[in-house]
Amino acid sequence: MAKIDVIMPQMGESITEGTLSKWLKKVGDPVKRDEPIFEISTDKVDAEIPAPMAGVLAEVLVQEGQTVAVQTVVARIETDAAAVSAPAPTPAAIVPPVPPPAAPAPPARVEPVPALPLVAPPAPAAAGDESLEDRLRRKSSPLVRKMAAEHQLDLSAIPGSGLAGRVTKGDVLSYLEKGPPPVAPPAAAAPMVPASPVAGAVHLIPGPVVEPWEGDRVEPWSRIRKLTADHMIMSRRVSAHVQSVIEIDYTRVGQLRAAKKADYAGRGVNLTYLAFIAKAVADNLRKHPVLNAAVMGESTVFRREINLGVAVALDWGLIVPVIRHADELSLLGLARAISDLAERARTKRLNPDEIQRGTFSITNPGGFGTFIGLPVLNQPQSAILAVGTIEKRPAVITAPDGTDALGIRTKGMLALSFDHRIVDGADADRFLADLRKSLEGFAENAT
Amino acid sequence: MAETTYLEAIRQGLFEEMARDERVFLLGEDIGAFGGAFKVTEGLQARFGEDRVIDTPIAEVAIVGAAAGAAHMGFRPVCEMQFIDFMSNAYSFLTNYVATARYRAGGLATPMVVRGPSGGGVRGGPFHSQNVEAAYLHTPGLKIVCPATARDAKGLIKSAIRDDDPVLYLEHKYLYRRIKEHLPEGEEILTPIGRARLAREGKDLSIITYSAMVFKALEAAEQLEREDGLSVEVLDLRSLLPMDDAAIVATVKKTSRVLIAHEDTRTGGVAGEITARINDLCFEWLDAPVRRVCAHDVPLPFAPTLEDYVLPQTADLVKAARWLAAY
Repeated sequence: MAKIDVIMPQMGESITEGTLSKWLKKVGDPVKRDEPIFEISTDKVDAEIPAPMAGVLAEVLVQEGQTVAVQTVVARIETDAAAVSAPAPTPAAIVPPVPPPAAPAPPARVEPVPALPLVAPPAPAAAGDESLEDRLRRKSSPLVRKMAAEHQLDLSAIPGSGLAGRVTKGDVLSYLEKGPPPVAPPAAAAPMVPASPVAGAVHLIPGPVVEPWEGDRVEPWSRIRKLTADHMIMSRRVSAHVQSVIEIDYTRVGQLRAAKKADYAGRGVNLTYLAFIAKAVADNLRKHPVLNAAVMGESTVFRREINLGVAVALDWGLIVPVIRHADELSLLGLARAISDLAERARTKRLNPDEIQRGTFSITNPGGFGTFIGLPVLNQPQSAILAVGTIEKRPAVITAPDGTDALGIRTKGMLALSFDHRIVDGADADRFLADLRKSLEGFAENAT
Repeated sequence: MAETTYLEAIRQGLFEEMARDERVFLLGEDIGAFGGAFKVTEGLQARFGEDRVIDTPIAEVAIVGAAAGAAHMGFRPVCEMQFIDFMSNAYSFLTNYVATARYRAGGLATPMVVRGPSGGGVRGGPFHSQNVEAAYLHTPGLKIVCPATARDAKGLIKSAIRDDDPVLYLEHKYLYRRIKEHLPEGEEILTPIGRARLAREGKDLSIITYSAMVFKALEAAEQLEREDGLSVEVLDLRSLLPMDDAAIVATVKKTSRVLIAHEDTRTGGVAGEITARINDLCFEWLDAPVRRVCAHDVPLPFAPTLEDYVLPQTADLVKAARWLAAY
């Protein structure tokens, strides 16, 4: 194996750097000696740079649009004929392990392409193990980082139009102007990253290199998918997730529901268990403000409003519409709001402001029969409640005389995920105990 | 009304100040009967006499030294360097004596002006084309002005003469007869020293420059607007010492992308100083690295093709601006 380096030439005495404007050859292409392989531009000149030796272009180390110092190695040429005729260099050697977070176009191969390893995404000099700070530095500028901090934006969620996918001032301005997309997942429902935890270098571990196999279908992410994915990773990174689970005896709620269902239906509202739970949550959050809170830097923001997000599963993703001032609504009002928002989410008729300013979220995996679910926090909210399936279960019932008997009760689990940065276990458990008390003794006059 | 050239504007300024204040006098090589190598002082000796328009031997240090002494005695001398390149013959006197007099001698004022033709583009070769501002920018106690327009040529020579500190007035010989504009009659033009001028408003990027490069910057701005739809702001510094930091900060905050252009060579040039000020004052407003477009670091060649290659041209500005805009 004989690989020789191709360097950024010095095109003039005072010139210290050059911009690689275009690759004329691709990895794997044979090159002749003195054949132009890339174009550069400097202050004064544009020039085609010839290959110093004949061989095969084996590695490309500098991407189009990058500016590097003179003498930087920009490529390597394999001059050994034997090595050239051997199998082509493995794609893994040149494809950066992590796709660039907000590269303009995902490296989607909708059709399986014959195995030429040329799909190197338009990644800038991604050295794989770069830190978050490096990535931000590459993708932004002092101004953009300042604006992101001011508006609490997650730069990785903003599409970049600058060199190598850099997020520019214009990108941030147009993002701010247009706001979150009309239909958006939790990521947009909450103003993005609480800028706090960026301090200190966070080491990003590269994800696995995935290659589609023959017959696989590759589907580029939709915007909602991308926002959801980014939000979930961000949430896991910034918060200390802890879960507590409590079992609720819904027998009384079930009786009230059965008694009132027809009456509610007559008013055009489907009375669900979820409405009772939402009512209990809204009524108890005022007593437990740390669960209706957000982290801002090294402060806790206790929200004055109680705005309940209710997760709705859509065929194309997940969305969390928000019931504003949920604590001011009756059971009827909550039940109506829940079914109205869910219906409009499914028919894409939500207004953008109906997915914003949530302060606490409820998700309902039990709807599918799941026993409990342990959700990821909907940032920047400090807690999210997951409702497990509600079903009849055998239970030990203690009679007034102290004797125990087995009975049949309607029961289900409530799981609370909370951010242990500001919510301690006791806070969460007291809240869950109060929820149970409210639900098991649900006041008839509240229906 | 006839248009006034840049050169005539300097002469008008000199004339008005001499007529206004009898302490003002001129001294230099061949500036009297001959009217100066470029005819800036033509007619002034006939008008004000040999005592106030004095021909001197070819000795820059003697010119500056005599002027400094006269300034201390209450006069307001204006020295002409036949070419500003030769001001370096008086470098020691300017930097060691003139710039420091106020600080060494109990506030002794040295109200004098040293002016002369600088700059290239006229096939003058290395002895007659220099831009010398950077060599003096580092000297506290001096002021440096570099007019680009006829109006500022007049307004700055008048302000320089009235200033109580020594002022280096660097006029650009390429502009002498190429730049002309209507100057209002009956209005006294006084351009404040230390204040920049917004030569063109824009919002996408800023070109900060001075002297003859202002016109190339304006040309580039027009081309960029026409071909790329870019809105380019051009800031004409006019004064380098003191420098108008507020105007620099304002344009950086407005466009966040900055190109600094000067005809002087790059290394150790004014652009480096401006870049450092931007870093100090408004780093957080930058959306791209600050770029410089300057002459190459070589003595200016005589051959026209080489001179054009070495000096920064409109095309160089356009190219750097495109890079910046795309960053």
